[in-house]
Amino acid sequence: MSPILEIQDLSVAYRTPGGDVRAVEHVDLTLNAGEVVGLCGESGSGKSTLAYGATRLLRPPALVTSGKVLYGGCRVTSGGHPVDLLTMSHRELKSMRWREIAIVFQSAMNALNPVLRVQDQLLDAVQSHLRLPRGEARDKVATLLDLVGIPRGRLRAYPHELSGGMRQRVMIAMALAADPEVVLMDEPTTALDVVVQRDILAQIVELKETLGFAILFITHDLSLLLELADRIAVMYAGRLLETGTAHAIMREPAHPYTRGLLNSFPSLHGPRRELAGIPGSPPDLRDPLPGCPFVPRCAHAIDVCTSVAMSLAPVPGIPGVVSHLTACPIVTPEVSQEGVLS
Amino acid sequence: MRAVANVWRNLPLKAKIGVWLFGFFVLAAIIGPEVAPYDPSYANPDPALLQAHPSAQHLLGTTQTGQDVLSQLLVGIRMTMELALLVGVIATALSVIVGVTSAFLGGVWDEVLSLLSNVFLVIPALPLLILLLGYLPGKGQLSTILVLSFLGWPWGARVIRAQTLMIRNRDFVAAARESGEKSWRIIALDIIPNEISLIAASFVNTVLYAIGASVALAFVGLSDLNTWSLGTILYWAQSQQALQLGAWWWFAPPGLAVALIGTSLVLLNTGIDELGSPRLRASRGAAKIAGHRIWPTDPTPVYAQLTASRSRVGAFLHSFSRGSLLDETPAGGEL
Repeated sequence: MSPILEIQDLSVAYRTPGGDVRAVEHVDLTLNAGEVVGLCGESGSGKSTLAYGATRLLRPPALVTSGKVLYGGCRVTSGGHPVDLLTMSHRELKSMRWREIAIVFQSAMNALNPVLRVQDQLLDAVQSHLRLPRGEARDKVATLLDLVGIPRGRLRAYPHELSGGMRQRVMIAMALAADPEVVLMDEPTTALDVVVQRDILAQIVELKETLGFAILFITHDLSLLLELADRIAVMYAGRLLETGTAHAIMREPAHPYTRGLLNSFPSLHGPRRELAGIPGSPPDLRDPLPGCPFVPRCAHAIDVCTSVAMSLAPVPGIPGVVSHLTACPIVTPEVSQEGVLS
Repeated sequence: MRAVANVWRNLPLKAKIGVWLFGFFVLAAIIGPEVAPYDPSYANPDPALLQAHPSAQHLLGTTQTGQDVLSQLLVGIRMTMELALLVGVIATALSVIVGVTSAFLGGVWDEVLSLLSNVFLVIPALPLLILLLGYLPGKGQLSTILVLSFLGWPWGARVIRAQTLMIRNRDFVAAARESGEKSWRIIALDIIPNEISLIAASFVNTVLYAIGASVALAFVGLSDLNTWSLGTILYWAQSQQALQLGAWWWFAPPGLAVALIGTSLVLLNTGIDELGSPRLRASRGAAKIAGHRIWPTDPTPVYAQLTASRSRVGAFLHSFSRGSLLDETPAGGEL
């Protein structure tokens, strides 16, 4: 599998009068073609800032302070060299948006215009990015709605005449309008109940199989990602603490924070056990402490944790799972040996 | 006190200028008649002082009959401001009462009150004012205030009615009603506080209208010409051909005063707008990051490019700005 979106060493800050709020710090994340990568973390951990910062959709005072975002979609890179989204001009970015990288926004209720029919909004998306003749564009809109399982009779409905689940499906259809290679999904099922959520997720997987786009799925629900994602990245206080295949994360969580997350929802199988949350709350991002940001809440913290460089290293003891990485010095001793700041 | 200081710091420059200007005229209205050097009606018989240029004795010169223009101006500002503020209070109170009642009660009341304000809206105000003031027994300050208030409320009432209709359907009003609150309590505690910025803006607009209308009425002679207001100064200046005789010190100061009061009110109004909805302020301006102006529609800036694209002169100038202090330790750089 070839990487289609490669985020390298990305840092994003919000510039406030009281100093920079470092919402994303030195994050590396790779999205391969046709893959679902789940990005999870609690509120304010920087998951949305990472996704929107990488696609340069954040408004001032946001500022990308370091890194590269390499996009390798075949329609853009004729010579095979990926392009860097962070060096692109306004116009170049505009031509990339939706055609290459599309987004399903968080709340469908707010992202759909309440005074336009669903059909017209989808037509807008199709026509502004594909330049089809009117008849063909209409057909395309109808097939888009078929894809997400909304009957064609609802084409002329207004958003308020649809249920929450249907509106979210319309948003997904709109994201797929220009046949993108990468779809960012920012908590697309958060406002829905679990039954509808399941339906939509199944549909997303099915669409991914048939159309072959890659998904960066942002959520705070780790249990959902275990089921849906190929790989999972766990984020905390603007940093990646652990990445790995969904299987590895579920079976062998390495970082104490990931273990805490996994312990905070019940398992369907096995004996009953007391659920343990994670005490405390996330740190202030304006004045980050050196080392691991999780130290104040970590039950296993040792001295070296406060000085470790937070770079991801392979987890030992899991042979064959090369992609399982963590920044925790307790489970990966080489991090603490090589990476300690002198 | 700190809250006030905070509000003041966050006000846009326009609004600050408006506050200073308006404050200046309010001050002039309060102490003006006290500090006026002469009696504004006293006609100095000295022939040298008939329509005299500004001098140390008469800072703004004299009129054709030897009256001191500065004294007239100081007394006139008091009269005009008094009238305008009173009209503002009365007309705004009327428009709040009519607007909120019609929207809150709905049904027949809404129909009747909306019809009433629509009728008042289409009445051509100035001719009616002239007619009314022409036939009213006294042409004094009081009748002008009453007539202007009587005609000045429907604009505000319509806007406030629309806003009330919107707020009335919000969940917190429904919750208050469910919990058995009385109507007047809902209006006073839930609805009016949510409309304060709108009411303030409506008040400022009405004051502006009152100044314009009262000056115009006095200018055509429809007010008590024995008292001094900005309008009557202009009336006498016009009727005694100040313009033709080139006595600019006679008509320019009162005209300028009217224009500046109007300007200050308009500036105040934009300030109230932005205070009432902080989003208006946030979404409009460009942010300054690392010496570059970034608009909300621009893609997220990248630090390395911002610094690379700055010219040498620009970099030199930027190094003096307060923002450059933040650049020394770019976020994401090593600690």
